[in-house]
Amino acid sequence: MWEKSVVAAATASAALAPGQAMRAGEVTFVEAPIRAFAIATAFWGVVGFLVGVVIASQLAFPLLNLDLEWTTFGRLRPLHTSAVIFAFGGNALLCTSLFVVQRTCRARLFGGDDAGWFLFWGYQFFIVMAALGYVLGITQGKEYAEPEWYVDIWLTVVWVAYLIIFAGTIMKREEPHIYVANWFFLAFIITVAVLHLGNNISIPLDVGSSSSYAAPPGVQGAMIQWWYGHNAVGFFLTAGFLGIMYYFIPKQAERPVYSYRLSIVHFWTLIFLYIWAGPHHLHYTALPDWAQVLGMVFSVVLWMPSWGGMINGLMTLSGAWDKLRTNPALRFSVTAVGFYGMSTFEGPVMSIRAVNGLSHYTDWTIGHVHSGAMGWVGFITFGALYYLFPVLWRKQAIWSEKLIAWHFWLATLGIVFYITAMWVSGIMQGLMWRAYDELGFLQYSFVETVEAMHPYYVIRLLGGLLYLTGALIMAFNLWKTVTSSEEAAPAPVAAPASAIAVAAE
Amino acid sequence: MPTKIEKDSLTGTDTTGHEWDGLKELNTPLPKWWLYTFYATIAFAVVWVVIYPSLPGWKGVSGWVAREAVVADVAAAQAHNAPMLARLREATPAQIVADPELRAFAIAGGRGAFANNCASCHGAGGQGAVGGFPSLADDDWIWGGSLEAIQHTIRHGIRSNESDDQRQSIMPRFGADGLLTRAQIEDVAEHVLSLTSRATDQAAAARGAAIYAEQCVACHGERGEGNRDVGAPRLSDQVWLYGGSKRDIVAMITNPRAGVMPAWQGRLDPAIVNMLAVYVHSLGGGE
Repeated sequence: MWEKSVVAAATASAALAPGQAMRAGEVTFVEAPIRAFAIATAFWGVVGFLVGVVIASQLAFPLLNLDLEWTTFGRLRPLHTSAVIFAFGGNALLCTSLFVVQRTCRARLFGGDDAGWFLFWGYQFFIVMAALGYVLGITQGKEYAEPEWYVDIWLTVVWVAYLIIFAGTIMKREEPHIYVANWFFLAFIITVAVLHLGNNISIPLDVGSSSSYAAPPGVQGAMIQWWYGHNAVGFFLTAGFLGIMYYFIPKQAERPVYSYRLSIVHFWTLIFLYIWAGPHHLHYTALPDWAQVLGMVFSVVLWMPSWGGMINGLMTLSGAWDKLRTNPALRFSVTAVGFYGMSTFEGPVMSIRAVNGLSHYTDWTIGHVHSGAMGWVGFITFGALYYLFPVLWRKQAIWSEKLIAWHFWLATLGIVFYITAMWVSGIMQGLMWRAYDELGFLQYSFVETVEAMHPYYVIRLLGGLLYLTGALIMAFNLWKTVTSSEEAAPAPVAAPASAIAVAAE
Repeated sequence: MPTKIEKDSLTGTDTTGHEWDGLKELNTPLPKWWLYTFYATIAFAVVWVVIYPSLPGWKGVSGWVAREAVVADVAAAQAHNAPMLARLREATPAQIVADPELRAFAIAGGRGAFANNCASCHGAGGQGAVGGFPSLADDDWIWGGSLEAIQHTIRHGIRSNESDDQRQSIMPRFGADGLLTRAQIEDVAEHVLSLTSRATDQAAAARGAAIYAEQCVACHGERGEGNRDVGAPRLSDQVWLYGGSKRDIVAMITNPRAGVMPAWQGRLDPAIVNMLAVYVHSLGGGE
C-alpha cells in the first residue's frame, strides 16, 4: 500500500473528474507520505474528538476527573484542543496541501518521498511530544501554544522544512500561474511560522530544565499570546482550510471557481486584516484602550473578506446543486462553508466591545469556536478525506455512500446540539453574572451559575458523542475503502478523458 | 503561456483562461452587495477610530476611557447601596431583625455574600457536609446560634489564628498521644454510641462510661449534651461533624480533627458581616 506510484499527471484524479484531463506530460507525484497523512488525519480526528467527549463529560460530571493528576480537566483540555487543531487539522493541512500543490503545479514534491516522510514522522513526533507534556503537566500555560521550548524548537525545524518543500514545489511548477489554493496554503505556512516564533520566545529556567519563562512580561505577553492565538485561528484554521476548499469543492462540484477576482480581493484583505484582530480577545483587561478598539474595528472589517471565501465556495456550486443529492461527500464540503459563513459573522459580532462584555469568558465563546472547528474545519476535512481516499488508493469509490450519509447526519445533529446548548448556556451565564436585584445586589452567586449550566453540559456531551460516532463510522468506511473497495479500472493513457491511468510499481 | 478564455455555458461568464489539474476559474466581477458592505464596515471603522482611542497617543474625540467608565459604574452602584449599608454597619444584628426594611435588605445581601464566601464549605443552602463542615440550617449549634454568637463566629473565625477573640478549643489526641489504649478507646466509642441508643456491646459501653466520666465529661457533658463555651459538639443527637459510625468515633478519639474557619472581620465590610449573621440566623436554626 505504501509503494511509490507513477501516475500520469494528466489523469491523476480523473476518477472523480471525468473530462478534466490535463494537457501535458507525465509527472511522478509523491503519494505514499500523503497517504500516511490521510490516515493520520482520520486517526487523530478520532482521538481528538474522544478526548473532547471525555472533558465534556467531566464538565457535566466532575467525578470523572478521577482524582488523578493526569486525567483532570486542566491537563486533558489542552490535549483535546491540540489534538483537534494541530494533530487532526495539521495532518489534514499537510495531507491536502502536499496533494494539491503537486497536482495544481504539475510538479513532483520538492525533495521527493524522503522530504515527505521527514515531514510526516517529524510532525507526528511533535504531536506525541506535545501530548506527553500536557498529560505530565509540562506546559507554558499559553492557550494553543502549550508545548514547552524543546518541543517548539523541534516544530520549528519541521515547519521550516515544510515551507521549503512547499515553496520549492511551487517554484519548479510547470503551470504558468499559481492556483488560488496554493496562495492560501503558502500564507498559512509562512504566517504560522512567524506566529510560532514570535509567541514562543522564552528562556529555560535552567540548563536541562523542561520549563521556561516567557520573554515578554505582563500585558505585552498577553497581547503577543493573542496575536498568536487569534491568528492560529485565522491562518491555521481559516486560510489553510480555505486552501482545501478552493481545491476540493470545484473538484467535487466539477464546476469552475465562481470568481477569480473575488478570490484575489478576499485573499489579500483577509491576510492583511486578520493579523490585527487579536486584541479582541483582551477586551476589558489591562490592555490599553487604543489596542482594544483597534482590534475591534479590524475584526468588524474582517467580516466581508471572510465571507468572500464563503461566496466563492457556495457560488461555485451554482449549476451543480443537484450533486448534493448524489455526492454525500460534497454535502460535507458545502455544509462546512455554511458553518464557515456563520462563525465568521458571529466572530465580528462578538468582537464588538459591548457584545463581548456579555459573551467574554462564557460558553458562548466555546460554542463559537466549535461551530468553526466542528462545522468548518471538521466538515471540510471530512469532505476532502472522502474525496482523497479513493484517489490515493486507486479505488472506484468510497466503500459505502450510505455510511457517508450516516456520518453526515450524525455529525450535523451533533453540531446543532453542541452549539445551541452553548449559545443558550453562554448567554444565560453572561446574563446571570450581571443580574442585579432591585436592592442592588448581584442576583446570582458564581456557584449558582455553574449549577445552572449542568443540563446544557449534558446536551453538549450528547452532541460530542454524536460527532464522535460519526467520525468512527468514517474511520471504518475509509478502512473498508482501502481494503475492500473495487480497484479503479486501469485504462490506456491515450484513452478518452474519462479514463484513468495508473501504473504502480 | 497557454491561456484559453472560454465562455461558461451555464452562466455565460468568461473563464480566466487558466487551468490547473482540470480546475478553472470564472472571471465574475465582485458581488456588489459584498463590495458595498465591505465599504460600509470600513466607513464604520474610520468613524470608530476617530471617536475612540485607537492609536498610541490618540485619545479619540469622545474622551472615553474604559477605566473611568468602570469607576463611574462602581461608584454609582456603591452610592445606590451606601445609605442602607451605613445603617447596617451601625446596627446590631438584633436591631436589623427588628426593622423589616433593614431585615429584607440584609437577607437579600446576605444570600449573595453567603453564596460567594461561605457556600464552598457550608453548602449552597447552608446544609453543611460531613467532614467538618457544620450545617447552619439546623438548631444544632457548636458555638451558639444566637444572632450575637453567629456574628462573633463570623467576625473572629475558628482556630484560624487571625483574631484574638477567635473560637478556640482543642480536643486531646487520646490515641495518638497514648492517653488511652486502643481497647479503652473502643469502649468509650461504644459508650458514645449508647448515648443515642446505638451500642451493641453493653459491657464495653459500661466500661467506656467510666472512662468517659473521667476524660470527656468536662467538655461534652455528663449525658453528651456538649458545651458551646468550648465548642464541644453534642454527642447525644444524630448530627455528626466527622461521621457517626463507630469507626468514625474511634478515629476522632484517637486523633481528633479540628476544623478551621477564617476570621471575616477585615475581609468583609462590617455591614456584610452583619447581613451574613442575619441571613445565617434565618436559615432555620437561629435562636
